[in-house]
Amino acid sequence: MLELVNVRKTFNSKTVNEKVALDGVNLRLEDGDFVTVIGGNGAGKSTMLNAIAGVWPIDSGRIAIDGYEITHLPEFRRAALLGRVFQDPMTGTAATMQIEENLALAARRGQKRTLRVGITREERAAYRDRLAALGLGLEDRMTAKVGLLSGGQRQALTLLMATLKKPKLLLLDEHTAALDPRTAAKVLELSEKIVTENRLMTLMVTHNMRDAIRYGNRLVMMNAGKIILDISGEQKKNLTVEMLMDAFAQASGEAFANDRILLS
Amino acid sequence: MNITSLLNALPGAAAQGLIWGVMAIGVYITYKVLDLADLTVDGSMATGGAVCVMLMMSGCNVWLALLCAVLAGMLAGLVTGIFHTAMGIPPILSGILTQLSLYSLNLAIMGFKANQGINVTKYPLIVSQRNVRELAPDNPIFIALIFLAALIALLYWFFGTELGSSLRATGANEAMSRAQGINTNIAKILGLMISNGIVALSSALLAHYQGFVDVNMGRGAIVIGLAAVIISEVMFGRMFRNFALKLAGVALGAVIYYIVIQIVLWLGLNTNLLKLLSALIVAVFLAVPYWKAKAGQRGGRRHA
Repeated sequence: MLELVNVRKTFNSKTVNEKVALDGVNLRLEDGDFVTVIGGNGAGKSTMLNAIAGVWPIDSGRIAIDGYEITHLPEFRRAALLGRVFQDPMTGTAATMQIEENLALAARRGQKRTLRVGITREERAAYRDRLAALGLGLEDRMTAKVGLLSGGQRQALTLLMATLKKPKLLLLDEHTAALDPRTAAKVLELSEKIVTENRLMTLMVTHNMRDAIRYGNRLVMMNAGKIILDISGEQKKNLTVEMLMDAFAQASGEAFANDRILLS
Repeated sequence: MNITSLLNALPGAAAQGLIWGVMAIGVYITYKVLDLADLTVDGSMATGGAVCVMLMMSGCNVWLALLCAVLAGMLAGLVTGIFHTAMGIPPILSGILTQLSLYSLNLAIMGFKANQGINVTKYPLIVSQRNVRELAPDNPIFIALIFLAALIALLYWFFGTELGSSLRATGANEAMSRAQGINTNIAKILGLMISNGIVALSSALLAHYQGFVDVNMGRGAIVIGLAAVIISEVMFGRMFRNFALKLAGVALGAVIYYIVIQIVLWLGLNTNLLKLLSALIVAVFLAVPYWKAKAGQRGGRRHA
């Protein structure tokens, strides 16, 4: 269970560039919820995910996972509960380290890192199986540097790293936005497979309305740092892009004039 | 210009190069593994020698003195790490601040004298310039090689552990490291401590080798360290992929640096201009990857 209570965040406070990024966000996710998050540029989608991940402290409000308050925990401590995949394929992996080394780092998320060997033989065998399941041929390149992989391969690897140690919450931050459409579709399919197989509580930010409708059991729309729409169950299954645009216009009092979303 | 005078100077250059090679490995850890340019080393390159020599002069066992030198260097790295992580000071400035404070501290350690001699006939020095042309077990070249081998083995093991991997990850991608639960501040502090501990070890060995410690002996150390790292990259970058080989390459880079310096001196360069020459060479080599990248961009446009 994830709880966000009245979360606020203002960037560049008290300057001319002041920007209210989160304006009292309230959200509650149950275990197993797969929620897609949609909204225009600057709506606060990524900001909400970064607030949960603890990239910077929030101004006020409360964030808790399974009733355990994480509002004031530093980013690296929250990592024990979270799996994260980022928009930029470069962000989620260490380019100068091997595929298996990256996995070994992820396998120890939330554990104390000791002077034991960084990667054991049993681990290697397990990683080979997990990589083979991705169907990208990475299992034969386990000692290759991650920097040699394509963007799609890196996102698939990051996804595996994020879920290698089952997280309480998976945060997917526009993780297919930087990929070409075919690769993006593949990575999305893979994401859904991993989420359903592990019954992971997931927040997936996307700028693609169709993807937001197709995936997950619940859809949340943000605008100007607020959640303006929350659709789940049967209602979500019957959603269309047109209905979403109408709902947006109604909820925000303005037309959904955002090229990036309209075009996708 | 007599070739024998150059040949006579080569064993000394090799020994000095190997001892500075230890130091260069310390620089490699911050500059290459952690991706931080740490200028603390200009100070800790005198601290190690100062601590070791002064302790020995007050009757301390040579190995204990060496250990204390390493610990003093680690303490210097800890201070730089705290400046950077807990006080938010940029890494280069943090190093400069520690380096400057170390100048005073080094003088204090040496009893407020600019240098202190230690005589090889009176003290059991680990390496000494006196034996550099002897074919004996106490030849400093041989002993420095043993130190290097042990150091490389130790670092190879450490950077293969869970903790060592977290240091490498921090240098490779900080955002990813935090997302994977690594305390990147601790990783940086630890890396700075290890690096400066190694530099202080090198400093102590150098003080033994030359028979004295001088408050200025670390001046420009970072440039020599970087020179060794860059020389090894240019010369062995394609050959040495393994981490242990890379470290060995860095030590070899320092030897090459000292042999080149020896040749340049033999050709008649004024000793006082050495630091200028070193700085310019390092500047050019640091620019090479940048120029290469730019040339690649231009090429790309032409073909497009």
